[in-house]
Parts: sequence; structure tokens; C-alpha cells
Amino acid sequence: MAGAITAEPRSRLAAGSGLGLGLATTWLSLLVLVPLAAVVVKATGHGWDGYWKALSNPSTAAALRLTVTQAVLVTVVNVVLGTVVAWVLVRDDFPGKALLDLVIDVPFALPTIVAGLVLLSLYGPKSPVGLHFTNSRVGIFVALLFVTVPFVVRAVQPVLLELDRDVEEAAASLGASPFTAFRRVVFPNLVPALAAGTALAFARAVSEYGSLVLVSGNRPFATEVAAVRVLSLNENDNPAGAAAVATVLLAVAIVTLVGIDLLRRWAVRRG
Amino acid sequence: MSITIRNVNKRFGDFVALDDVNIEIRSGNLTALLGPSGGGKTTLLRIIAGLDRPDSGVVAINGSDTTWARPQHRNVGFVFQHYAAFKHLSVFRNVAFGLEIRKVPKAEIRRRVMELLELVHLDQFADRLPSQLSGGQRQRMALARALAVEPSVLLLDEPFGALDAQVRKELRDWLRRLHDEVHVTTVFVTHDQEEALEVSNEIVVINRGRVEQVGSPDDLYDHPANDFVMGFLGPATRFDGRLVRPHDVEVFDSATAGSVEARVDRVLRVGFDIRLDARRAVPGG
Repeated sequence: MAGAITAEPRSRLAAGSGLGLGLATTWLSLLVLVPLAAVVVKATGHGWDGYWKALSNPSTAAALRLTVTQAVLVTVVNVVLGTVVAWVLVRDDFPGKALLDLVIDVPFALPTIVAGLVLLSLYGPKSPVGLHFTNSRVGIFVALLFVTVPFVVRAVQPVLLELDRDVEEAAASLGASPFTAFRRVVFPNLVPALAAGTALAFARAVSEYGSLVLVSGNRPFATEVAAVRVLSLNENDNPAGAAAVATVLLAVAIVTLVGIDLLRRWAVRRG
Repeated sequence: MSITIRNVNKRFGDFVALDDVNIEIRSGNLTALLGPSGGGKTTLLRIIAGLDRPDSGVVAINGSDTTWARPQHRNVGFVFQHYAAFKHLSVFRNVAFGLEIRKVPKAEIRRRVMELLELVHLDQFADRLPSQLSGGQRQRMALARALAVEPSVLLLDEPFGALDAQVRKELRDWLRRLHDEVHVTTVFVTHDQEEALEVSNEIVVINRGRVEQVGSPDDLYDHPANDFVMGFLGPATRFDGRLVRPHDVEVFDSATAGSVEARVDRVLRVGFDIRLDARRAVPGG
């Protein structure tokens, strides 16, 4: 092998890697990059003027604002409660723990429309518990919380499992209260996983459609989210407008991923 | 500062880890808790540190009852077998941790930490991460970290257990010398009798949750209280119904007054040490 590498000084790839790289690039291009490029092309089909017009449509802008705001709120709740749930699942022993551990994944495994149906029957007009969240932003908030439950929990849980308890004990013997020990010693180790889970939860919240379409009522300016807006624009013969909204969602996704990665690096450096 | 342990009991389920333990550790001593694995010595150390609670009994540090005090209020230094380094913090920040918690002024922290890093010969490595240190260096960092808060007692749980033989030997000498310099009451757990004999000035032998004997290394070696202590502190052989040490036996190549005939089965040389496996010639056997 060493001989083969010195024989081709210009290539840093091992034998066989060229094929692998080619395959991976082609595969990802066909599946991801080409469709994304197509959306961008479609969105700007009527020039920048048409693009801005589509986005500055008041009801479209309202839908985008609503989506991002709700996603941010839901993500913040997830970061806190997801960490707490993961902590309880890893550190505590109680009857029914295995069941609870299983339940975490249900919102992920369930078709989202079923999730919508479940929430509709629980919080709808005929709510058995007397709570009427449907057709309101509270309904959107609850539905998004429901579908994003597993992300942070499942990202943090394995890291917490791997973490040695003796670092916390060391911190305690050095005078740290349990909270300080968590903040100074445990939390920094969770940051990368937390960032990954947060990114996934946020991305999911921004793109959610299935569970919202039944619950939110889809009232423009009030409860219509971006994904539903894309559908209605497309159905009203405005594919360029739909694509324009899609590009914004795409940009939000990319900014989120990059931003969270930067945050993670910063947090790891800072310690 | 002295440590008093009175009537301490601890069970884990059905397992009795400590069975009515009473020990008095005098101020300034370097004490080894010696015994086989699972004998309860680590449990006892953790109870002194407040990391575990006894089921009953009293732990007092310098006369004041600390049995129920939280670990963060005991001012003990604890060194773990696997270092328990704060992986995301530099060597400097690791050592500074306890001082930062105590809100010591920055300049003072800087001075104290560098002083300690010099003491443990890690002043060159202040900015490294623990992952960039060797095992021995990490353990020295952990020691500096524990000493930084000027603990009333220093507790070490098998501190050299995870290190290789050479480094272990170095660190033993070094701990001994460190104790001469710092004079903090120190208790360390070990299952290695040689380590206990070499480093400590007092040994507590613990077996199956009970204290078998307490005394100076020479005392325990020369006057073991029972067969267990005899057998645990260095090699011993049963001869004429009692345990004898290798240096209690003389070997001759011919019968001498008072000698017993035996056959040498094997001769093994380990460096300067020559070991004979001998079987006593049993009359008619």
C-alpha cells in the first residue's frame, strides 16, 4: 500500500477511495443538492423582484414569522426539559423507567398526522379534559412540543451515560454544590450533544406540517405556519411563491446548523 | 487534623461493607488503609470524604462531627484512582477549580496554582488539556487540584492503581516526600502491601469490613495480630503449624543441628531475589 501511495504523490486518497468519494458525491447530489438547487431556481424564476414580492406578501411573511418564533420557543423548552428527562432516565431508578424510556420515541415513530389527530381529540372542540388549544397558537406550540420530544433527550442520554460520576464527586470535594458541579463539570461535556439535539429539534419544528395541519386551523395571519403556506401557495397556482418560502426555510435550516456548530465550538473552547 | 471513626457500619443490600469500624488517625499521619479488594477500605475512605453515608456511627474530623456534612463542606482533598480530571479544562483550570469556587482573587489563584504546579512538576504543562498528559502526570495534577484548597485531610483512593509499575514506584517516593513537605493528614487506600509498607507511617489492615490491626509498618510486619495480617503483609509459609517469613528460614546443603530435611523442587531467580520451592521430606512419604 505504501508503495502505491508514493507512486501517486498527487493523490491523497487511498486506493478505492476515489470510487467511494465519487459514489458519495453522486448520491448526495442526486438526492439533496440537485433538488435544493431546483427549488432555488424555481423561486427566482421571476427574477429578484418576483422573489421579494412573494416573500413580502403579508400573509406569507406572517406565516414565516410565526414558524420561526414558535420553533425558537419550542426549542428553548426542549433544551431545558430534554436535559432534565435525559438526566432522570440516566441517573434515577424508578418503577416504569423502561416504559418511559420507550414512550420518548413514540412521537418520533408516529406518523405526524396521527399525532395531529391525537392532539385534536384531546384538545379539540370536544376535549374530554376541557382544554381547547386547537385553532390557536397554543395548539401549534403544544403540537410542536409533542413532535420534538425525542431529539434532545436522545442526543444527551448516551453522553450522560458515558460520563464518569467521579468528576462530579471531585467537584463536590473541591467545594462545588451539586448545581455548580453540574454547571461547571457536567454541562460542558453535554454541550456538543445538546447542540446536535437542539439543531434537530429546531429543524423539525420549522419544517413541521403533519401534526399542525389538523390542529392549527391554518388561519392566515394567525395560525398558518410556513409549511402549510407552501402547500396553499402551490395549490393556488403560485409554485414560484411556494418555492420562495421554501428557500427561506432552507436558509433558516442552514443558518441554524452553522450557528449551532459555532456555538458548540465556542462553548467547548470556553469550558 | 485528626480523623475519628467510631462504630461505623455500612451495608449495600445484603453485603456488609463495614462492620463496626473504629479508627483514630492522628494529625499529620500518612496512613494506609490496606486490605484485599472488596474489603471495605474504599467505602471507608468515601465515608470520610462524605461521598457515601454510613448506616450508623460517627465520623469526626479534628474533633467536630462531620458524619452528615455534605462533601463540599468538609474541606477534604480527594484523589481518585482514575484521576477524575475535568477533561474540558486546562491543567491550570483544573487545579484552580476549588479556588475559583471559593472566589479567591484571580492574582492569588494564579500564584497558588503555579506554586502547586511547580510542586508536582507540571508547571510546564499549565496550558495543556488533561488528555495531553500521561497517567502519572494526570494523577499529579489531581493531587495538586486536591491540595489547592488546603484541605484539612487528603484522601487518596488507590491513587497509583491505574499506573504502570515504574511510574507507580516514582509516585510512591514522591508522595512520601510531598507529605514530608506539606504535612497534611493523609489517608490512602491500597491493596498493595509493599506500597503500604513503603509509603505510610501507619497501616490499618481492613478485611471483610473489619479492622484486623492498626500499627506502624514495622509493628505489623514483625508482630502481626493474626494469620490474616501475617499472610497479607508479605510472603509467608505455614511451617510446623505457624506462619513464617522467608527470612525466618535458613537453607543448608547438609543436615545441621535443629534443621529439617527438605527437597528443593524449583529454583527461581528474579533479579537479586532467589526463590526456592522446597517440600519437606515427610518420613515414609
